[in-house]
Amino acid sequence: MSQAEPEQLYAAREPIFPKKVYGNFRNLKWIIMIVTLGIYYLTPWIRWDRGPSLPDQAVLLDLANRRFYFFWIEIWPHEFYFIAGLLVMAGLGLFLFTSALGRVWCGYTCPQTVWTDLFILVERWIEGDRNARLRLHRQKKWDLRKARLRLTKWVTWLVIAMATGGAWVFYFADAPTLFVDLFTLNAHPIAYTTVAILTGTTFFFGGFAREQICIYACPWPRIQAAMMDEDTLTVGYREWRGEPRKHSEAVKAGEPQGDCIDCMACVNVCPMGIDIRDGQQLECITCALCIDACDDVMAKIGKPRGLIDYMAFTDEERERAGKPPKPIWKHVFRPRTLLYTGLWALVGVGLLVALFIRTDIDMTVAPVRNPTYVTMSDGSIRNTYEIKLRNKHGEERPFVLSVTGNPALSVEIEGADGQTLNVPADTALPVRAYVVAPNGSGPAVSDRTEFRFWVEDVNSGDRAFRDTVFNGKGN
Amino acid sequence: MAKQPEKKKDDVETTGHSWDGIEEYNNPLPKWWVWVFYATIIWGIGYTIAYPAWPGINQATSGLLNWSTRANVADEIETVAERNAPKNTALEEVELASFVEDTDSELYAYARSSGAAIYQTWCAQCHGSGAAGAKGYPNLQDDAWLWGGTIEDIHTTIRVGVRNPETDEDYARVSEMPAFGADGLLEEEQVEQVVNYVMSMSGEPKDASLVEAGEEVYLDNCAACHRDNGGGDPFVGAPNLADAIWLYGGDYETIRETVWNSRYGNMPQWQDRLSEAEIRAVATYVHQLGGGE
Repeated sequence: MSQAEPEQLYAAREPIFPKKVYGNFRNLKWIIMIVTLGIYYLTPWIRWDRGPSLPDQAVLLDLANRRFYFFWIEIWPHEFYFIAGLLVMAGLGLFLFTSALGRVWCGYTCPQTVWTDLFILVERWIEGDRNARLRLHRQKKWDLRKARLRLTKWVTWLVIAMATGGAWVFYFADAPTLFVDLFTLNAHPIAYTTVAILTGTTFFFGGFAREQICIYACPWPRIQAAMMDEDTLTVGYREWRGEPRKHSEAVKAGEPQGDCIDCMACVNVCPMGIDIRDGQQLECITCALCIDACDDVMAKIGKPRGLIDYMAFTDEERERAGKPPKPIWKHVFRPRTLLYTGLWALVGVGLLVALFIRTDIDMTVAPVRNPTYVTMSDGSIRNTYEIKLRNKHGEERPFVLSVTGNPALSVEIEGADGQTLNVPADTALPVRAYVVAPNGSGPAVSDRTEFRFWVEDVNSGDRAFRDTVFNGKGN
Repeated sequence: MAKQPEKKKDDVETTGHSWDGIEEYNNPLPKWWVWVFYATIIWGIGYTIAYPAWPGINQATSGLLNWSTRANVADEIETVAERNAPKNTALEEVELASFVEDTDSELYAYARSSGAAIYQTWCAQCHGSGAAGAKGYPNLQDDAWLWGGTIEDIHTTIRVGVRNPETDEDYARVSEMPAFGADGLLEEEQVEQVVNYVMSMSGEPKDASLVEAGEEVYLDNCAACHRDNGGGDPFVGAPNLADAIWLYGGDYETIRETVWNSRYGNMPQWQDRLSEAEIRAVATYVHQLGGGE
């Protein structure tokens, strides 16, 4: 029996203190951060006039009334395929970007990345850059200064987190009203619960969990790896140019030194805490900050930029052989990415067509099958249909119901004067319609007669139809 | 991210057992897991004390919280009844004829939907879940009514039933057709004649030569209730013989059987089983099925 202490499989997280960096990619990331956060925080406040009986919020998920408003588009629950289509497009878009540019979503636009970046920015403002933060971290004693800095940082984070959770609920209710309600304690408990949960997750994910979400919690890194190939552009280290690096055994043994001066700039700026010189690895979100850091150093020591750079796997062989790498467009425009683009556009065009051909009026027809028909005292045969008339206009409209397909059939709406009925604004009105075939007529004596219901909006002339069946005595 | 250490054989404690040289690692469950497991046991014991759990001779222990699904259902029924009480009171007081005209009112919607539930509970057994009826049980969706199709008529019919011996009210739905053949009121020949005449009123007779003689028999024996034109009389529950609807069937054999033996359909009276509001609700439901007058 072995007495050795069992080795722990658990390793505590090593805190990461990303250093400030300047450069093109950093600037791009700042711009993307401003744009994405701007979209997130400001969208619920955009107004959009839809008439007196509909909400005037441009983007609104009205769960209570089961409507989704997006500027000029209004989606009803039966049109949920639009959401499904958008999700398919989002998926294909992610395939496209991943096969062309690797984990570009993770590095630039993922909310986890954007908010972590924001939280690190706050941390740097309050506690200083990498070295100052490291010192503060290593300082065991909680003196007044450390307490003040930590407290300021946490409170700022908490305010950002609350604003994040607070902005979320504005997508589900009228933002100005809810804003006042939230502060006057009149909002629904669900609103407060949602804000509380999202505040907690934002605070924890952005402030403390950070890269661990990407490494341990997120399934994307695993899935995305399967979508990358040898032509995918990703962040890499030109090992053949940089090695042997300074401080290495080879250099100490007298070999000529490569371009890497082992300054650790690339490691110090990495928000994931990895060394890109070890090669592509699961943790890398390809945020490209190490490229900026290394380019800066290369400029200072008078070497060409790009020791760490966006490159594809196929470039390595060419560069080792002394040839220039493939141009970027050859990496991006490949059958695979063109196929993804084509599929993405196909779904998009399909959705657009569906969006433009859908009518503002619609109906569903459900024949009542218990009983299939009723014999009336004059011998005529009557079928009953449960019909839902949809009026998507912001005002009441008169609808006329009619039947075509067999001249013997006539229709009557229950509780209405004949075939005309006023349908209130933005409503699906359930009505019962009777279709009658006179005694001895074709539909009355045969088994099944197919016919078509038409509904027409008297004001606009819009029409919609549904095909259904009339059951006669023959069945 | 920290590098994961490689697991070496000697680093891990074994159980000490060896089978044919094969040893087993001793990897105990994580402590947190074990504590959660203990916590669930303690929770389980507490649960059986708080809630009904341990079986006894006559019944299980009732638990400290006295929780019972049966009592919960009773509570819920009582809550719903209390909530609906004002509506039921209002329903009992409305004037029915005008009430069914205003189909947009909230009380009407209540009456119709609660009436539908009552119908499915008490009426669907005979009249069918779709109210299409069956042989001997009238179709409630058509426009033919034995005892009248206004809301008041339907209401009364449901209240007192049809040919119900327990009902002794003046306006009870009681009537009886004589068994013309079985009781010897008509000769067999006369029955055949009158059946052919009755068929001719709404369609084709079986034997056209008997129709003329049948008319005489009809006017002498049947017209008192079924009227000269065969239109029937809802005051005595006499069906319309000239329309396309037959309660028992419109073919020669069935009509002959009806004339020979008579029919005596029954319906229970509901006033001793349902409240006035419930009767009114189900009458509203039946009235709007498609044939109400």
